[in-house]
Amino acid sequence: MITRWCLLWLAFPAWADEGVFDQYRDLMGDDNPAIFVIDEGEEFWYQSQGPSGATLEACDLGLGAGVTRGAYAQFPRYFADTDRVMDIETRLIHCMETLQGRDRTVTAAKPYSLRGDFGTELEALVTWLAAESEGVVIAPEQGHPKERAMYALGEEIFFYRAGPHDFSCATCHEQSDKRIRLQQLPNLTDHHDAADAYGSWPAYRMSQGLVRTMGWRLQDCFRQQRWPGLTFGSEVSIALQTYMAVNAAGGIMTAPGLKR
Amino acid sequence: MKTTLWKMTLLLGIGIAPTAVSEDLAAVIQASFSDRGQATLLRLEQDPLQQHCSQPRDQPVDDEIAMALRQQRLDAVVFPADGDFLGDWQRGATVAASGRGLQFNDDPSIANGGNCYACHQLAPSEVAYGTLGPSLTQYGLRGQSDAMLRYTWTKLWDTHAFNLCSHMPRFGAQKILDEQQLKDVMAFLLDPNSSVNQPTE
Repeated sequence: MITRWCLLWLAFPAWADEGVFDQYRDLMGDDNPAIFVIDEGEEFWYQSQGPSGATLEACDLGLGAGVTRGAYAQFPRYFADTDRVMDIETRLIHCMETLQGRDRTVTAAKPYSLRGDFGTELEALVTWLAAESEGVVIAPEQGHPKERAMYALGEEIFFYRAGPHDFSCATCHEQSDKRIRLQQLPNLTDHHDAADAYGSWPAYRMSQGLVRTMGWRLQDCFRQQRWPGLTFGSEVSIALQTYMAVNAAGGIMTAPGLKR
Repeated sequence: MKTTLWKMTLLLGIGIAPTAVSEDLAAVIQASFSDRGQATLLRLEQDPLQQHCSQPRDQPVDDEIAMALRQQRLDAVVFPADGDFLGDWQRGATVAASGRGLQFNDDPSIANGGNCYACHQLAPSEVAYGTLGPSLTQYGLRGQSDAMLRYTWTKLWDTHAFNLCSHMPRFGAQKILDEQQLKDVMAFLLDPNSSVNQPTE
């Protein structure tokens, strides 16, 4: 029995490595440190802030004012009040501005924490809202022409090669069962992989001691692609999130995830 | 009309990129990024090769353009000035292991790495290797004939000269690595004493 395991280890070092990581995840069980961030996010939602002294309770995340359960799973989506397709992060900034009167040049100035920081308000809110969709089917809206255009744009960007290394998203994410160093890479053109990957963000990153959002993950991908800095809430960011969400549609939200 | 013009430009070998990619897409991309350190917006402008290789895999490719591009890349390969292809394999091992360089958070005054292990298995003693590219363990068994030296150099300099739209970066053509670093990586691959060419147990 032991010999057989050793052979497996030698034959499939990558699987073995994932096995160790899966074991670690099993050990952690429900003890994802993100639970503290979830609680914090819920507190932010009900906290009166800004010149208007309002909470975010009247924020419409697409399912009606104040409906949080299942809302995350339907982003990105079109909102008539802004005539734009928005991801959950930009929608929250919008609600902070319209409901609380807070200046978006301040609220969106530093959406993501740096290493060593405590998490930001936006990270906490997104983590709580993802938890409000845990177990919910991923079902981004694609009924509006602007939503479909956003998906088409996302697909074009996914394959767009540029920079000194000629990297696109597809360089790492259009093949199945590949890894970079020891890190498994999801094939984001494949429904199964896209559902597993998209549904697990936001996630607690053990190496950073922080919860990271999908928007942050995209910014870090482009850093590694040797591209310039991806702007928070930009069209490229929302288009790629739409591309992933639609490819993942039908999968189940498992976030907040627990990652390396 | 635009496509025909594009082809003619390419076939004439003039390196001007016309707008096969929609201008909207380029504008959206430009508007979504900002300069960060050494990574400026100029990096988002595609050269003809990047433009050609940005089609989703199920899109039909134009063979005429592909052949012309591949030949262009082959003709542009610069071989070592002194005719010596092989440097120091141990220095090459360091280049292969380093993943730093050209990211906006990297210090431009420090030498770039080749990050070979991100995608390839090389020395069998290194278990943290990626699988996006083929294993190159025991690569040196192929010998050091002039054909092998020129083939391997060309793959490192500009992979598209042989394999158009390969995922691999153009380490020489894009000046990611300098000539000496490329020679060192060559030795890392081909020197019989290199850790790449040691038995796998």
